[in-house]
Amino acid sequence: MSSAVVDFDDALAAFDPVLGLEVHVELNTASKMFCGCSTAFGAEPNTHTCPVCLGLPGSLPVVNAKAIESAIRIGLALNCKIADWCRFARKNYFYPDMTKDFQISQYDEPIAFDGWVDIDVDGETFRIEIERAHMEEDAGKLLHLGGTTGRIGDAEYSLLDYNRAGTPLIEIVTKTISGTGSKAPQVAKAYVSFLRDLMVSLDVSDARMEQASLRCDANVSIMPKGTTTLGLRTETKNVNSLRSVERALHHEICRQAAVLSSGGLVQQETRHWHEDGGYTTSGRLKSDAEDYRYFPEPDLVPVAPSREWVEELRATLPELPNLRKLRLQGDWGFTDLELQDVVNAGALDVIEATVAAGASPQAARKWWLTELARRANEAGVELAELAITPAQVAEVQGLVDAGTVNDKLARQVIEGVLAGEGTPAEVVARRNLAVVSDSGELAAAVDRAIAANPDVVIRIRDGHLQAAGALIGAVMKEMRGQADAAAVRELVLAKLA
Amino acid sequence: MSELLRAGAAELAGRIATGEVSAREVTAAHLDQIAGVDDRIKAFLYVDGKRALAAADAVDAKRAAGEELGPLAGVPLAMKDIFTMKGAPTTCGSRILEGWVPPYNSTITDKLLAAGVVVLGKTNMDEFAMGSSTENSGFFTTHNPWDNTKIPGGSGGGSAAALASFEAPLAIGTDTGGSIRQPASVTGTVGVKPTYGATSRYGVVAMASSLDTPGPCARTVLDAALLHQVIAGWDPRDATSINAPVPDVVAAARHADVAGMKIGVVREFGGEGYQPGVEQRFGEALAVLEGLGAEIVEVSCPHFDYALAAYYLIMPSEVSSNLARFDAMRYGLRVGDDGVNSVEEVMNLTRGAGFGAEAKRRIIIGTYALSSGYYDAYYGSAQKVRTLITRDFDAAFANVDVLVSPTTPTTAFTIGERADDPLAMYKADLCTIPSNLAGNCAASIPCGLADGLPVGFQVMAPALADDRLYRLGAALEAELTSRWGGGLLDQLAESPSGAYLNVGGVR
Repeated sequence: MSSAVVDFDDALAAFDPVLGLEVHVELNTASKMFCGCSTAFGAEPNTHTCPVCLGLPGSLPVVNAKAIESAIRIGLALNCKIADWCRFARKNYFYPDMTKDFQISQYDEPIAFDGWVDIDVDGETFRIEIERAHMEEDAGKLLHLGGTTGRIGDAEYSLLDYNRAGTPLIEIVTKTISGTGSKAPQVAKAYVSFLRDLMVSLDVSDARMEQASLRCDANVSIMPKGTTTLGLRTETKNVNSLRSVERALHHEICRQAAVLSSGGLVQQETRHWHEDGGYTTSGRLKSDAEDYRYFPEPDLVPVAPSREWVEELRATLPELPNLRKLRLQGDWGFTDLELQDVVNAGALDVIEATVAAGASPQAARKWWLTELARRANEAGVELAELAITPAQVAEVQGLVDAGTVNDKLARQVIEGVLAGEGTPAEVVARRNLAVVSDSGELAAAVDRAIAANPDVVIRIRDGHLQAAGALIGAVMKEMRGQADAAAVRELVLAKLA
Repeated sequence: MSELLRAGAAELAGRIATGEVSAREVTAAHLDQIAGVDDRIKAFLYVDGKRALAAADAVDAKRAAGEELGPLAGVPLAMKDIFTMKGAPTTCGSRILEGWVPPYNSTITDKLLAAGVVVLGKTNMDEFAMGSSTENSGFFTTHNPWDNTKIPGGSGGGSAAALASFEAPLAIGTDTGGSIRQPASVTGTVGVKPTYGATSRYGVVAMASSLDTPGPCARTVLDAALLHQVIAGWDPRDATSINAPVPDVVAAARHADVAGMKIGVVREFGGEGYQPGVEQRFGEALAVLEGLGAEIVEVSCPHFDYALAAYYLIMPSEVSSNLARFDAMRYGLRVGDDGVNSVEEVMNLTRGAGFGAEAKRRIIIGTYALSSGYYDAYYGSAQKVRTLITRDFDAAFANVDVLVSPTTPTTAFTIGERADDPLAMYKADLCTIPSNLAGNCAASIPCGLADGLPVGFQVMAPALADDRLYRLGAALEAELTSRWGGGLLDQLAESPSGAYLNVGGVR
């Protein structure tokens, strides 16, 4: 059931929102956090399991070194300090998707802590402080069946898949984020979006929210304007798209404002986000604070990354995605809107490579965002997966610039390359696509068009120059498109002058 | 048949290797002994004669084919029921695991099988290794072969009793607070707790992960060393296992020489609460060692007085977490699953029925000690004491080669005597616990009888200096057996009170 809400602007007029974001990132290591089982997504249930990730009596965890490496690189990219020495801890609690009835996590000794990132929203920069980034193992997956909601409450029975149990996770926790005002939902969305891009550029995670390899728990509280005492917060779960992050927070702020405005108290609780209806419902109360009885995991030895290793890993960090975007926008002279389109289309890399191969930024943008985007969309693949390289796209544009082909022919060239007919030059030769530059042949075609359209000729001579289009069209048709339309136009007008 | 049962592992392995006797004959003899006396001893929870004979046949076939045999090939072994072995039920002495057949081998099981050691079956123990008498077993109590009214020690009482009743020449145990050494002490056998991390815990059902240490049990120091050599070594599947060479414990056991060795007697372990006969035998053993050229000095380890208290916070804390997985959902016992009871109710009913009183006591203590608000006072303080105890050892080992004490303050007590007094029961581990907390190695060597029951002599050495245990142990054993005219267990075998074991008249 959806709760009462007040209008967002009214809520913000009376209250300041304070955020806290917890993002879980599933690492893309080949094997699990503490055993050798595969982490591949989508396998037959309970086939990627062993005594360790099933938590069988007697089994022991061994840390995946690659996961530590990824954790350190994430920490460094978030400007965190990297612990000289840290430990895993047991978080003791029961849930049916956990095999050992405790989770191996980190508690007071995270691998990375005290970091920050700057997030831009509408030209305004917000500094998000990072409290910690720690390592832990994922739980198995529960499928609740027989009910109407797919949730545990009304299920008749549940199925368990332990394939995911033990997948390495990094949990990134922000400090409280205040001072964002009405932009709070957008800041949260931009931050999660930043993390998603960062994980991809670090190549540590697929960071696909729809596959839950990046998950966000959004904490928010509101406090009356002019006060500084934090309100009781809610933690909204099941927020599994960027859009949901923004919408869920927007909704929670409005809902909490309605509660407080009507004299009520916000319950400290988890809330469940309903994507379809755009509202949250109460989960479990947090006031009966769970005692996880954390203690250092005795089955594992401390992790003590050497300073040399940390520096080696720092040297592997790619240019941060937000800085790269700014740099490319400056280099290319794109407007904010143009850049946003490019980013949304996932075309940054291919355009950069096309520009590097000699095309102008605008031309590269045009090809990748129109003709190639359409074809990728039809084929259901990513731009980078198309059977044409950025260098070939640059070559096509080079043919256009040289007048060898026009735009329409260029699309046929691209079609040929995608069909595996060879390089752009080879496609032009094989399909005989080059525009006709022999002026004798063109002139003859123009003469024939003039002779065949006396009425059009009269109109042009009367000063209706736009009527020339009909003659140009006729010539282009006769030339099967292999003529430069501008040259034809010049020829027509010269003949009738 | 008696002489096959009385022979040690080293001798049996030698005779099997030369073909003088087949592994099958040796295995069959021990299976017969189990069939003959285990009704009285109750050392075994599970015996698989067919599997044991098949393993023995494989050794014989290997020998017939001219292949080289390992130093313990064909020798039977009793395995504490805490090690997983594919296809063999593993209960840890608990009803809650009844019916669970593990789908994998512990690393030590793999090593034993690869060495051609013949596993006879799984031995009784206090539930999840919690106890000093096997009275906490969910199934039955094992009896001390020296006096069937007495406890065989615990938790590894089944393994120790199997050795002392000549049901097996070798056994394997785990030592968390003394579970190998105390049973060895009260049964007149040899038990070694190797350095923590020197033997793999993979496939050993955990009681307290930071303390549990698998180790060898035997009737002689050399046999224990041979077994130690087979089971020790780095295991990539156990993150706490130590990647270091195993000291040559077999050479040490054969080099029985303590001349020039500096031995520290722990001042804190003696006096009130120690049985006079135990202190007497201990003192005599010291004199023997001094006579062999060792230098005896007194050493104080002041924080050892707090070891028991620290142990009874750290161990239950880990227990409360390690035993959480026994929730009736995936394996083992399930009680009350009638389609009406909720998941929580089934868990409650199963745990209520499946866990014994001691397991419940430790789960409750540990849960409390780790609770928010109590953690620092209990678990945190106990860890500090643990550090202080480790420093006591470090300081002591800076001056002496080994430390010694009685293994346990008394000889075997009567079954039932301490069953309702957990504190009295816990005191059996007073002298053994410090080495678990510090992670160094220690052993118990028989040093005589007090009031007709065996007394154990404990020797403790620094981490990774396990060879010193064997050097001293072998020297003490050699001198004492020569004085006695045979091993301590030979006295049992030849005595009227041991007649029921039916292994007399051999030597």
